[in-house]
Amino acid sequence: MALKDFPLDECLLQGNASCPGCPATIGLRLVLKALGRKTIMVVPACCTAVIESLYPHTSFDVPVMNIAFEAAAAGASGVEAALRQQGRTDITVVAWAGDGGTYDIGIQALSGALERGTNFIYICYNNQIYSNTGIQRSGATPFAAWTTTTVGGKTEFRKEMGEIILAHHIPYAAQTCISYPEDLYCKIKKAMSIKGPKYIEILAPCPPGWRFSMDKTVEMGRMAVDTGAWSLWECENDVMTFNGKSKLILEKKVERKPVEDWIKYQGRFSHLFKPERDEKRLKAIQEHVDLLWERYRKCYVKI
Amino acid sequence: MKKYPVETSLSYPKLGAMGKTGSWRVFKPILDKKKCVKCLRCWIFCPEGSIRREKDDSVNIDYDFCKGCGVCANECNVKAIIMEREEAKKK
Repeated sequence: MALKDFPLDECLLQGNASCPGCPATIGLRLVLKALGRKTIMVVPACCTAVIESLYPHTSFDVPVMNIAFEAAAAGASGVEAALRQQGRTDITVVAWAGDGGTYDIGIQALSGALERGTNFIYICYNNQIYSNTGIQRSGATPFAAWTTTTVGGKTEFRKEMGEIILAHHIPYAAQTCISYPEDLYCKIKKAMSIKGPKYIEILAPCPPGWRFSMDKTVEMGRMAVDTGAWSLWECENDVMTFNGKSKLILEKKVERKPVEDWIKYQGRFSHLFKPERDEKRLKAIQEHVDLLWERYRKCYVKI
Repeated sequence: MKKYPVETSLSYPKLGAMGKTGSWRVFKPILDKKKCVKCLRCWIFCPEGSIRREKDDSVNIDYDFCKGCGVCANECNVKAIIMEREEAKKK
């Protein structure tokens, strides 16, 4: 899969309400390129509800249903049931929610839909904050990160949503990042070809939320994977595979960079470096990542 | 465009639903076509979809909607795109 093979069709129209350098629109463009026009999207309250722009206009060229914050997966289940009743199996139902609507508010509806075996794709674009309402802390916010509700830095570590999803033993679950368009595209295509509930999580580095320059969006995602703070994997019928750079890191073919390389460019971690280095918390962040990879190695490397 | 008779509020797709977002721009991307190697990285990573891909895989920038984020300039491996400050708008 090369960049030249991506379709030209744009389902997300220009002149939408996203911030400059928005990772969600990079993700949306790639996802909609993979899904094509035979798609119904269910969008709860998240940044994308804003990106759709103002009534009576929308910047989406595919049908989109807006729904309450906690109900993305439940709404998608309803849409899927209606399509099934009409005998229209050629249409993909996609729930597109942010990390707030997945990790915190929507987890009950999501878990229910996965358990019922609804034939849909749930995509979570994870920018690690409630960016739509003004950068509040979410369950995905990493340790020591500044948000408007955790002014001195968050005191808890983020939860591993991927592992919660894996516990449902669904046909397909994957984790990817907007900085790897080929990886993202192939994962969406694979999810489309599988029947049953599918879950894909996309890391979306948010310039205003993470406090970095808006031209570094893609670079920041790449750095997250290089440092091991984020990993690219897919799990098809309980067979776990790591992809791209994460595979090389897991097999120890490439050295994992220190996580400091990633966080020093983000303003939300600046209180760890100024006025003096907070060695204790920097060490805690690094140890958390080390522990995560140790767990990955223990569980998924065949000896 | 086909209109649907439904009771709920319904929005219809429109190019530039928030107007010409090019007016948000502070820095303007300038493409040097001689340096461009047609790798299409700018096209795939443009958050706005403002970089148009032509049939021969060359690219053009749509300044009506480009918000000037600079992702294209940052991702260009051959530095064919540079960011230049917009000239002050004449009143």
